[in-house]
Amino acid sequence: MRKTSNYLIGISSLAVVMGSALLPTNAAAEESTTPFPEGQEIAFDRGKGNCLACHMIKDGLSPGNIAPPLIAMKSRFPDKSVLRDQIWDASVRNPETAMPLFGKHEIISEAEMDKLLEFIYSL
Amino acid sequence: MKNILKQLAMLMVLFGVVLNVQATPEEDRELFQRFNQERFPNVPSQEYSFDQAGRENWEAIEEFPPYEPFIDSGQEMWETPFANGKTYKDCFPEGPVIAQNYPRWDKQQGMVVTLALAINQCREANGERPLKYKKGDINDILSYIAFQSRGQKTQVEVPADDPGALAAYEAGKKFYFTRRGQLNFSCASCHLQNSSLNIRSEALSPALGHTTHWPTYRSKWGTVGTLHRRFTGCNKQVRAKPFKAQGEEYRNLEYYLTYMSNGLELNGPGARK
Repeated sequence: MRKTSNYLIGISSLAVVMGSALLPTNAAAEESTTPFPEGQEIAFDRGKGNCLACHMIKDGLSPGNIAPPLIAMKSRFPDKSVLRDQIWDASVRNPETAMPLFGKHEIISEAEMDKLLEFIYSL
Repeated sequence: MKNILKQLAMLMVLFGVVLNVQATPEEDRELFQRFNQERFPNVPSQEYSFDQAGRENWEAIEEFPPYEPFIDSGQEMWETPFANGKTYKDCFPEGPVIAQNYPRWDKQQGMVVTLALAINQCREANGERPLKYKKGDINDILSYIAFQSRGQKTQVEVPADDPGALAAYEAGKKFYFTRRGQLNFSCASCHLQNSSLNIRSEALSPALGHTTHWPTYRSKWGTVGTLHRRFTGCNKQVRAKPFKAQGEEYRNLEYYLTYMSNGLELNGPGARK
């Protein structure tokens, strides 16, 4: 009887593992509770913000470590518009920056920038 | 903190070197190599990898390398006479141990000649069709020559007797430090400024030693490819329009970049992700 129950546990564990492999994978996000899902989507989209390439962000998987983690954003940027400017053109504050100019080079649209800003500012 | 400030200062000088036309190639090389050695003080000078696991993976792959069939095929190319009866050895008497002689400044042609270019010039001089520069058979013969040339030291020269050589070197250097593409990166942004850091889960490789192991089997390509193929890929990755393989920009870039690794042993062909 013990062997049977072990067998059943083994089989059901395998089923759970295989089942979860079939879940749609947003490779970037774990289960997220952000109030700004649209902004998060832009941030985690490799063709748009691609922020995880360099920044650690809550609920983002496998972040790069080239740039500061995006946490405590309100205390780091008391003025939200300064944060927007930074994402828009980071070379203004740092000419040697390794951050793409997401606004100036039109990597994302102004509307996307607004949504992204809400998400980043909430971190 | 002191170390970071020192690195930053060197990086500023490296970036600023573009503006200082008095700096000689030797001075550039010394600074470039010192920058890399100080950034990775625990890596012995000839070794690949700042990352122990990466180094061990590379050593394991070298035991059953994916580029081996290309070496064999390249050897056959080297030994097979052209239609006119001549062979590559007639063009390259010291061959196949010749990778260390390239890239070189060719005074007569007034341009940088890379090994790939020299191979095609040899072929065309003997009535053979030239090979494509990114994919295909060029990688076979380059693999054979690279393998035979293993252990030779990188020894690029910028001869003093032709100002064109220094101009080509300076053009390559300028290219290296110039931002390009919608994403606004220069080669230096990743491979000097941020080397060894992770972009997502991939580590950015340091610039020192970038030219020793070509052609390279890249898992991403599933085959062996040339340095200029990698240049075009890098340019596309920063959303810049790539230049032509073996065109002037990439030959000058190869000239500068290889000079920076002078003294390092050649160890091609390579195997990378």
